[in-house]
Amino acid sequence: MSFISVNNVWQRYGDQVVLEGLNLHVAEGEFCTLVGTSGCGKSTFLRLLLGQETASKGEILLDGQPLAAEPDASRGVVFQRYSVFPHLTVLDNVALGLELPHSRLLGRLFGKAKKDAREQASVLLQKVGLGHALDKYPAQLSGGMQQRLAIAQALIMKPRVLLLDEPFGALDPGIRKDMHQLLLALWRETRLTVFMVTHDLSEGFSLGTRLLVFDKVRVDPHAPGAYGARITYDIPLNSERRKAIAAELGATSK
Amino acid sequence: MRLINRHPDRSSRLLLVLLPFALLLFAYFVGSAERLAENPNDKLLPGAGQMLEAVKRLAFTADTRTGEYVLWQDSASSLRRLAIGLGISALAGLCLGIAAGTLPLFGAPLSPLLTVLSMVPPLAILPILFIVFGLGELSKVMLIVIGVTPCLARDLEQRAREIPVELLVKAQTLGASTWTLMLRVVLPQLLPRLLISLRLMLGSAWLFLIAAEAIASTDGLGYRIFLVRRYLAMDVILPYVVWITLLAWLMDWGLKALTRRAFPWYEGARA
Repeated sequence: MSFISVNNVWQRYGDQVVLEGLNLHVAEGEFCTLVGTSGCGKSTFLRLLLGQETASKGEILLDGQPLAAEPDASRGVVFQRYSVFPHLTVLDNVALGLELPHSRLLGRLFGKAKKDAREQASVLLQKVGLGHALDKYPAQLSGGMQQRLAIAQALIMKPRVLLLDEPFGALDPGIRKDMHQLLLALWRETRLTVFMVTHDLSEGFSLGTRLLVFDKVRVDPHAPGAYGARITYDIPLNSERRKAIAAELGATSK
Repeated sequence: MRLINRHPDRSSRLLLVLLPFALLLFAYFVGSAERLAENPNDKLLPGAGQMLEAVKRLAFTADTRTGEYVLWQDSASSLRRLAIGLGISALAGLCLGIAAGTLPLFGAPLSPLLTVLSMVPPLAILPILFIVFGLGELSKVMLIVIGVTPCLARDLEQRAREIPVELLVKAQTLGASTWTLMLRVVLPQLLPRLLISLRLMLGSAWLFLIAAEAIASTDGLGYRIFLVRRYLAMDVILPYVVWITLLAWLMDWGLKALTRRAFPWYEGARA
């Protein structure tokens, strides 16, 4: 059985249909890149996976269970902007993910527990290359470093699914390359299932193990909102990477 | 060079800052000197000597009847009322603003209510406060609270809504409940804004305080001004006004410094 099943999902806002009849099955550990023209529902689909929105019709199953209707710790997310908390230092931005679930009353740990959380956070931050900036505030970081922080923040929760909404869209090309390498390394290590929306086709091809193209099949020029987008191409990519992941996952599940 | 491209350098900036104040003082003392030359007992525009005399009497001479120093006694009473009033307003405004700005179910009833309440002229309901809470401290503090809280709450509600939805979603993916999300994400981001709002509301708070003291009080800066008005004692009123202005300016400056010290991330995050 597939890890994530999308069964006949429709999303409409009022008269406007954004997604129509979406069907998709994704295995665990897959790296899906989502491409398509602006306004064709890629980000909407990501929000559905995140639980930020609920589909008007159809269902999304995660491990056979219907997806929780609100965001939770099982799905991490990195947005293009506003992914990190401006009032917390780099270290606390990541440690927050360890504090919130363990302290229902204050959302804050104290003493040894706090020290442990910060220790764990700083190990992860070293790994994403932010070890030198633990005490800085996000506004003091460059765009690329902020996105590294946002990724670390999402990964500290050990989510099963990582959702990326144009995470590198605002970065310049050189930095973007570094980020690709970091992301691939982290993906290999954590065996996360990744969904990444991107405008950059070459990024979509080089990173993913599966490329999903969103497009409108039917267009009514008199009613632009009448029909929604579907997944028009579903292309398997980087087969050796696919195989490696499949083999690894197979080995662990046996 | 066009005027729009000309900037004052350091020294000329200082000069430009001081100039209007110097002009005001100059105009006043010229007028005062002219009137005093005509009539040495003139009370309308007292000279520096007369005002210093009044300050000495009120600030550094114990009152023969009560043994208190009037100016400090007045200042203490007024500042206490102002502090209690603003403290309660800040707390209430913060709670209402966060609730209305973060939780749609609370915002739906609260938001229109706050808008309407903030339109009620506080001075118009001052008599009601005197009737309900009596002529004691409570009614004066309540006037400040009623006048300031709705505006603070509305401003903070607006700021809470301006927090990007991405951050609220992100906090949920980090395992936050509604309560911990408000506590650790919304509240700390609104605290600097609260201080800024308080600074903007300081003027109104002083207005309400002095109005309440003028009408029913036995001490306080506003009380004193309205008391000596009967004797046309401009030599007391003017130093009191300057003193009040100085206090208000110091509070404003203190809040600004506190914002910088306590929330070093705030300036950068807005850029």
